[in-house]
Amino acid sequence: MNDASGVNPNFDELAKQCGEWLRGSGPESDIVISSRVRLARNLADFPFIRRCTDHDRTAIESSIRGKLRDSEKLADLIYVDVGQLESVDRQFLVERQLISRELADSDGARSVAIDTREQFSLMVNEEDHLRIQLMKSGLDLENAWKQINSIDDAIESCVRYAFDDRLGYLTACPTNVGTGMRVSVMLHLPALVITRQIDKVFRSLQKISLAVRGLYGEGSQAMGDFYQISNQITLGRSEIDLIEQVADVVPVLIEYERRARDFLVSESHKDLHDRVSRAYGILCTAQTISSEETMHLLSSVRMGVNLGLIDDLEIPTVNQLFIDTQPAHLQKIHGSSLDIADRNAERAIYLRRHLRKAKGPDELENN
Amino acid sequence: MKCQHCEKPATFHITELTEEEPQELHLCEDHARDYLSHTEASDADTPPTLAGALAQQLKVGQTAEDLARLDQQTCPVCGITFYEFRNHGRLGCPHDYLAFAEELEPLLLNIHGDTHHTGKTPVHHQPDAIEGMELIRLRREMKEAIEHEEYEKASELRDLIQQLHDGQAPEKD
Repeated sequence: MNDASGVNPNFDELAKQCGEWLRGSGPESDIVISSRVRLARNLADFPFIRRCTDHDRTAIESSIRGKLRDSEKLADLIYVDVGQLESVDRQFLVERQLISRELADSDGARSVAIDTREQFSLMVNEEDHLRIQLMKSGLDLENAWKQINSIDDAIESCVRYAFDDRLGYLTACPTNVGTGMRVSVMLHLPALVITRQIDKVFRSLQKISLAVRGLYGEGSQAMGDFYQISNQITLGRSEIDLIEQVADVVPVLIEYERRARDFLVSESHKDLHDRVSRAYGILCTAQTISSEETMHLLSSVRMGVNLGLIDDLEIPTVNQLFIDTQPAHLQKIHGSSLDIADRNAERAIYLRRHLRKAKGPDELENN
Repeated sequence: MKCQHCEKPATFHITELTEEEPQELHLCEDHARDYLSHTEASDADTPPTLAGALAQQLKVGQTAEDLARLDQQTCPVCGITFYEFRNHGRLGCPHDYLAFAEELEPLLLNIHGDTHHTGKTPVHHQPDAIEGMELIRLRREMKEAIEHEEYEKASELRDLIQQLHDGQAPEKD
């Protein structure tokens, strides 16, 4: 495990690679960005986080770190002491979906262990003692569950979880008790937004106890037309049932989005082409641009690439731009901290450079 | 604390967890009922949230006196009161599920539609293990001893915690 010196890794190498969830591969990846399974676990011999003293939190953190280091299966993880990180680095991990905002913004001893492929992350001292997460590109919930289940077994072989025969895994919030499992799928649904069908779709999801959230989870805005669909119920159903409940509804949503895209192509092709081309044009030429506008325009460009309206860009490039233009990523890539105005200018430079590179030298001359 | 909408004392403290920012509401019984009936009407199709489920429960014929009595209930292991849970939506320790079982049962039913786990069981689970609870209680006593500057007692408790902790690691296969 990468913590022998007690010094956190710097994230420059991580910043150069694309995380698992934006790799742009995997089944149905034009619409399904990623699949994620998260387990909430607590140690049986400590109070939940809210009643923990600083000493308790430190004891939990160092105990988990020691146990992981000794575990054959988990020894290769990169261990990051979140409490020691600069705010920009904490934000960087939030943008990569490796830690939650809650972990980034809280106080006291807390950490995260991640694997180098960024599929797996283990948060220590978040709302629960342990939040275990596994992310796969595209629609792949079954494999995400298989992998996380075996990691959960490996952790459980060296710690004692708070578990009750009747109520299952005991969690700080009763909304997570039972399996402690949240299954979520992140979808890109721009056509349902344009055709104003999105609210109707979400109301039907809520009726079957599925929650809809934005890109960065609870309370976040649906930036760039990205939506996370997840189970609301955690008690009284098995893990497999919960996976199936979400997995069953995703093909329906994919079908709705495809139909909405077909409708736009057949009924208002010119408008759609114009919308996509304008978005692409602004991204290629803007001199200053906010994160919000970038997400909004990249969403149109992403759909344009998937519909063949833009033929000189690839989805992994667009996905990479979504994450690289986030505030902390931009600063990490630039190598220094930037205020909002400088970030907006730097973001525009970054977009121009990368989109022109993607277009190739011939295009550059023609433009 | 006074109700946010009138001069009466606030006896209902609701934290809305589904909002972008957690929103705290401090209301008297009458305004709480108004608020709850309003949210119930507008959220008829949405799945229950913790705040909603808690609120729903409090609506069912509970008077301010009932509520005050309920709020005083304390978990003997971690020391959290039901009031604190109701205010912040987070429990204090695993034992709270037993200590507040009567109140939590309808809440769980409301949120999950069920009160029995049917999923995975840890391989090393020991149904009757009580060391965990004992350790949490001792940690709390140690904290209180330090707060009261009873350092000798705190040190004895620390040794006891260490002994118990060392003796309870699960056996490996």
